[in-house]
Amino acid sequence: MVQGKGVLMGKAGGIYHAAALNDFFKEVSYLALFTGRFFREVLPPPYELRQFIRQSYLIAFRSFPLVGITGFIMGLVLTIQTQPILTQFGAEAWLPAMVSLSLIREIGPVITALICAGEVSSSMGAELGSMKVTEQIDAMQVSGTNPFKYLVVTRVLAATLMVPLLVIIGDAVGLCGSFVGVNLNGNISLHLFFSKAMGTLNFSDLLPAFVKTFFFGFAIGLVGCFKGYYSSKGTEGVGKAANSAVVIASLLVFIIDMIAVQITSLFFSQA
Amino acid sequence: MDSHQTPIVVEAEHLRKSFGDNHVLKDINLRLAKGENLAILGQSGTGKSVLIKCMVGLLFPDAGRLLVLGKDVADLDDRGLDEMRMKVGFLFQSGALYDSMTVRENLEFPIRRQMRSKSSAEISALVEESLENVGLSEAIDVMPVELSGGMRKRLGLARTLILKPEIMLYDEPTTGLDPITSRGISSLILEVQEKYNTTSIIVTHDLECTRIVANRVVMLEKGICVAEGTYEDLRQSNDPWVRSFFE
Repeated sequence: MVQGKGVLMGKAGGIYHAAALNDFFKEVSYLALFTGRFFREVLPPPYELRQFIRQSYLIAFRSFPLVGITGFIMGLVLTIQTQPILTQFGAEAWLPAMVSLSLIREIGPVITALICAGEVSSSMGAELGSMKVTEQIDAMQVSGTNPFKYLVVTRVLAATLMVPLLVIIGDAVGLCGSFVGVNLNGNISLHLFFSKAMGTLNFSDLLPAFVKTFFFGFAIGLVGCFKGYYSSKGTEGVGKAANSAVVIASLLVFIIDMIAVQITSLFFSQA
Repeated sequence: MDSHQTPIVVEAEHLRKSFGDNHVLKDINLRLAKGENLAILGQSGTGKSVLIKCMVGLLFPDAGRLLVLGKDVADLDDRGLDEMRMKVGFLFQSGALYDSMTVRENLEFPIRRQMRSKSSAEISALVEESLENVGLSEAIDVMPVELSGGMRKRLGLARTLILKPEIMLYDEPTTGLDPITSRGISSLILEVQEKYNTTSIIVTHDLECTRIVANRVVMLEKGICVAEGTYEDLRQSNDPWVRSFFE
């Protein structure tokens, strides 16, 4: 009997896993189709310039305080934790260079993108989801407006351009945090700190770190819009859309970062 | 109304629509003459809303023919659909107001996109006229969330009417409203029809609304038209199911 039960449970588990796998591939294929539709609709007119500017402003405005505070704390904590170790090896003078490299190449872009995934992607998912539930997207369509162009294209483009800007702000504020951290246990002028921090940065550090942020922004905008645009009806659907937008966007940030590191090491391996 | 003398603006022939195994519309046949007010009655889930969503290209039928203003909806491309939608207004059950925009911006939205040549003064005049028609002039600068259910319906109606459509499709216009507000909305639908000479399809289960507004009533049951006639004809029908709907 026990063996029989085990077989039954095994079968049920197998069916469950097969269904979950099926759902996963369905979701991936829908996301691919959604991405394809974005590229089909992005170039032909009409251009929703006002809506694009509004969305850009909202994304930057909404995320700026959190990105700023987090960036400052990141720089400060990184400096305070690293300082004793470098002091042990007599390499304290390397501190600004080490912090700037860590912040600009990796920590700044990834942490800022994760904040945007939480802030921007979830709000896009919830906003478009509730518009879908209350038939606002249908209303837009019957009033002769292409809702995909008006709602999705503008938001994805805005996120693609604003996330890199937020990363630059986050990095800059992070370096300021690091300057404060260095001065908590020592004394260094602002000019010397920044000349040491920037002096070690090469083209191969800045370019890949900057380019990947556009992909982060694109993924964050696309996933937020995708989950909201195709959310199931009802308030539960809106909640799920917002939640899964954050989860998938965060996961994509790490996947894109991993790919970016591979590509960077391929092109700039000697750097 | 003699449909042989007046032009037919909506015509459905053997219309079918399914969602997976759920066959919502099984065989719909109906004709709507210009200037007519047709009410579609039926229980929830019989495909009333699906039928009018097919008429405006929000959904597409699986089989059959659906002609709106002489054009088959299934054959229209995006541009054709947009042109058709300028002539066909749709009032959603929830009002579907853009909640991030003020009342004024809600009304300006369709004009700015469909009538790009209009100046700001002309747009403003149109907005004010539409709000006056539905008795909401004082609410021009408030957000939709501040409006009551009845006011939201009236605003939805004003936004739909601002493009002066030839055909109006009403999806449950009185659902969720108190009897007095419902009667007000029904009278408004009638006023609109008389003022702009629109043709209307009203999907509802509100018998009072049907009595006030409809010249003709079609009853749907499980995706099929089971009865058709005037309100009084159906109320006195020999069919027990039809009669039970009016009791």
